[in-house]
Amino acid sequence: MTYMTKPSVRHPALRQNDLGLTRRDYEGVISTLCAGCGHDSVTAAIIEACFELSLPAHRLAKLSGIGCSSKTTNYFLNRSHGFNSVHGRMAAIATGANLANRDLVYLGVSGDGDTASIGLGQFCHAVRRQVNMVYIVENNGTYGLTKGQFSATNDRESRSKKGKDNLFEAIDLCAMAIQLGAGFVARGFSGDREQLVPLIKAAINYDGFALLDIISPCVTFNNHVASTKSYDYIRDHSEAVGGLDFVPPEAEIEVDYEEGASTSITLHDGSKLELSKLSDGYDPRDGHGAIDVIRRQYEQGNVVTGLLYVREDVDDLHARLNTPSQALNALPESDLCPGQVALEAINETMR
Amino acid sequence: MTGINDFVVKFANVNGSGSASANGFFAKALFRMGLTVSPKNIFPSNIQGLPTWFEVRVNDKGYGGRRDGVDLFVAMNPQSYEQDIEEVVPGGYVLYDSTMERFFGRDDITILGIPIARMCAYAYEDPRQRQLFKNVMYLGALAALLDMDAEVVELVIRQKLGGKEKLFEANLKALHMGRDYAHANFECPLPVRVQSVPDAPDRIMMSGNDAAGLGCIYAGATGAAWYPITPSTSLAEAFEGYMLKLRGDGEGAYRGAVVQAEDELAAIGIAVGAGWNGARSFTATSGPGISLMGEFIGLAYFAEVPVVIFDIQRGGPSTGMPTRTQQSDVLACAYASHGDTRHVMLIPNDPRECFEFAAQAFDLAERLQTPVFVLSDLDIGMNDWPIEPLSWDDTRSFDRGKVLDAAALEDVERFGRYLDVDGDGIPYRTIPGTHATKGAYFTRGSSHDAYAGYTEDGQINVENMQRLTRKFDGALDLVPKPEEHRRGSGGDAGLIYFGSTHAAVQEALDQLEAQGFAMNALRLRAFPFTQEVLKFAEEHERVFVLEQNRDAQMRTLLMAEAGIPGEKLVPLLNFDGMPLTATFISDALKTALEVEADGDKPAFRIV
Ligand SMILES: Cc1ncc(C[n+]2csc(CCOP(=O)(O)OP(=O)(O)O)c2C)c(N)n1
Ligand code: SF4
Ligand SMILES: [Mg+2]
Repeated sequence: MTYMTKPSVRHPALRQNDLGLTRRDYEGVISTLCAGCGHDSVTAAIIEACFELSLPAHRLAKLSGIGCSSKTTNYFLNRSHGFNSVHGRMAAIATGANLANRDLVYLGVSGDGDTASIGLGQFCHAVRRQVNMVYIVENNGTYGLTKGQFSATNDRESRSKKGKDNLFEAIDLCAMAIQLGAGFVARGFSGDREQLVPLIKAAINYDGFALLDIISPCVTFNNHVASTKSYDYIRDHSEAVGGLDFVPPEAEIEVDYEEGASTSITLHDGSKLELSKLSDGYDPRDGHGAIDVIRRQYEQGNVVTGLLYVREDVDDLHARLNTPSQALNALPESDLCPGQVALEAINETMR
Repeated sequence: MTGINDFVVKFANVNGSGSASANGFFAKALFRMGLTVSPKNIFPSNIQGLPTWFEVRVNDKGYGGRRDGVDLFVAMNPQSYEQDIEEVVPGGYVLYDSTMERFFGRDDITILGIPIARMCAYAYEDPRQRQLFKNVMYLGALAALLDMDAEVVELVIRQKLGGKEKLFEANLKALHMGRDYAHANFECPLPVRVQSVPDAPDRIMMSGNDAAGLGCIYAGATGAAWYPITPSTSLAEAFEGYMLKLRGDGEGAYRGAVVQAEDELAAIGIAVGAGWNGARSFTATSGPGISLMGEFIGLAYFAEVPVVIFDIQRGGPSTGMPTRTQQSDVLACAYASHGDTRHVMLIPNDPRECFEFAAQAFDLAERLQTPVFVLSDLDIGMNDWPIEPLSWDDTRSFDRGKVLDAAALEDVERFGRYLDVDGDGIPYRTIPGTHATKGAYFTRGSSHDAYAGYTEDGQINVENMQRLTRKFDGALDLVPKPEEHRRGSGGDAGLIYFGSTHAAVQEALDQLEAQGFAMNALRLRAFPFTQEVLKFAEEHERVFVLEQNRDAQMRTLLMAEAGIPGEKLVPLLNFDGMPLTATFISDALKTALEVEADGDKPAFRIV
């Protein structure tokens, strides 16, 4: 079997975005994941977000590791280059790619095994280096592709489909990322597209490391009653910290936000994050507060979702390394090779 | 016991005591006098307190290898007195700090005692200075004993201190105290001494890692990711240093990115990510790092991503002898990663080739779209070598290989990332962001067809793997050819060798020739092996393969990849971690030849 491309028949009724493209233009090859897999919903949300942002797909690079989740970069944005790398190492590939060309959008997709187990080190270091990218974890609490072993985000009190108890504590990637200095940290649920799409849009427009930990149930191995990552469990236990609207630069704010209950955050490119209905004075700019809420809710068996944390001004990796504004992969030879005269001067210091 | 312009001085110090700079002045001053010096650092894997040695062989015949026996031992470390004294040749000298007098128990050598610690304690207040200037003081004594050009010594120190006048004065004081003491108490100069060589060829002193780092700058590398490990660390640091010096954009930024990664897995991953995205990128490491990088190297091979990997080899296996030299990663690099993989390797013999091969490696990596190894070692990488000045041909330009830009993509009907359009096994690649609708593809380490689509079709995978072999074979036309050293008509026995043993081999061949054994030799400079290697083997009945490892790895590679029969290839091995001496090589060859001649194998005709 080779891969299947979707037929690209253009339906006249399909809505077009500012680039004159339809949603179809943002699709990829047909998914081979299990019917009902949460990852397919995340794929759909990514397509929608990119379409609505009128993103030129070729200016985005898709990166992933290995797993059912990592396969999904093939299921959206056919016009983007993709790099399905090795298990747990997407962060390094993204870091290198980003260094080579700072002008593209880097969208990484990983799984909870890929990120929280084999790739935990690389994940942490990409966060603390503030690589300018969107890092999506399609978190199902299990290793889908290797058939249902516990992952490190699986909750302690959870039980596997075969009845095995999980003996170990869960890693909360959001709390960890906040502690490591991430710029943008959000949690979503594959079953809540309305919440998810604005989060993805905001993450794409954010300059700095943006983590999206998306609970994305595995229908085949981790959607049973004793699972805390099942559709039912998340529907019953998710607690949104508030609503988020992403307002592109120069767009009118159409909604009237209730005085006091809303916060507006302006990003580098002038786009705005309008946060509404924040619970109990939740301030996503307060990292300590965010970690506190995540942990307290977790103790009660709840999963907090929404934009959990955002820093308004961060220096990304390029700013820290002091690279030029021009993409490194576009520098001409004359800017890179110092030539014989400079070499002769170096020789002289060694004589 | 040797005399003028032909001797070995060895320094024994305590590591962390600041001796490196004074010892460096010593070697540099002799080098400036036109002599061939080959300084070797023999250091522990430790920061402070353990014995460390610095060995300088001096001659005016251009021999850059080590030589056995020490003519003058500067014994500044009581911890190692006993073993140090044993290395001194009969008739040789020991210079030591006689503040604590000592009986050395050898009457065939001359002991020269200078109460250095006491003199320093009188001359300097500051404890740090008391320690540091001890080193400069023995340098002063050495300069007098060996009859070194005082002006040259002082100029070397002055230049090194870069205009710090006060510090220079303090150094000078110590230097003169040592010199004056030697003049007053010993018969200066010794029979072992130097004379300036007036018409010495133009040379520079440089380490291989420094040169390789600079080569990466000249090659236009903009991405470097690495994780600290001896003996490769100084390569990445040199690259960064030169980048700051040579790649400023005039607006406060630098044209390049260096990332000290969290480990070697990340280092190679970052380099591969940057290579995939169109920046020339590399990583530098040593054996343990190569082991960790395995999975990514296989990905870059199979997904055809250009990347350059410097392996500065050290003693293995495992942590091994981290501060000693070996050539024991030959097979680990040639076949790095699981599955069928095979990698291009460039094998420099000195810092000059480190510079050249570094630059060439990026051209090869992009032309062939594959990882390329530069296989250096601790001896080349971390020691200073006298080499011809570096040169760069300004008309040369980078070979970026087959990359389709937006205009070229316009003419492509259907882009196939792994489509063998030209029949040479090398497909065309595109860089992300190039064209709005064309040229995007999905890079993967899983089996793929010509259009980068996933496939489990065995036949398609076979064809793809065969194409990779075709591509690898194409490297034969691109890699540097071996260097042949023909001595007269040669004979029935030849020698194949590679890398840092070159200097010692050349001297050994001279020694053998002087004894009536003229032997042809071939220095490998790359893998895959070109036709010349096979031809050389065919021309000789027996071929010795000299290498610094236990298992004759290069011999194995020659058998497997050049099809040279094993009976023909006689291993000549050393893996004690020290750079080889010419005598070791010539003795080993001679013994081997004599044994062969006595045995039932065909006798050798030695020309
Ligand atoms: C080095 C290595 N070890 C093990 C594997 C096998 N493997 C493939 S996917 C996977 C786990 C994937 O889990 P996750 O990242 O959570 O993705 P999911 O399938 O659940 O979406 C493992 C262990 C591998 N590909 N590479
Ligand atoms: S195994 Fe689970 S994660 Fe993988 S495709 Fe099926 S449902 Fe999705
Ligand atoms: Mg998973």
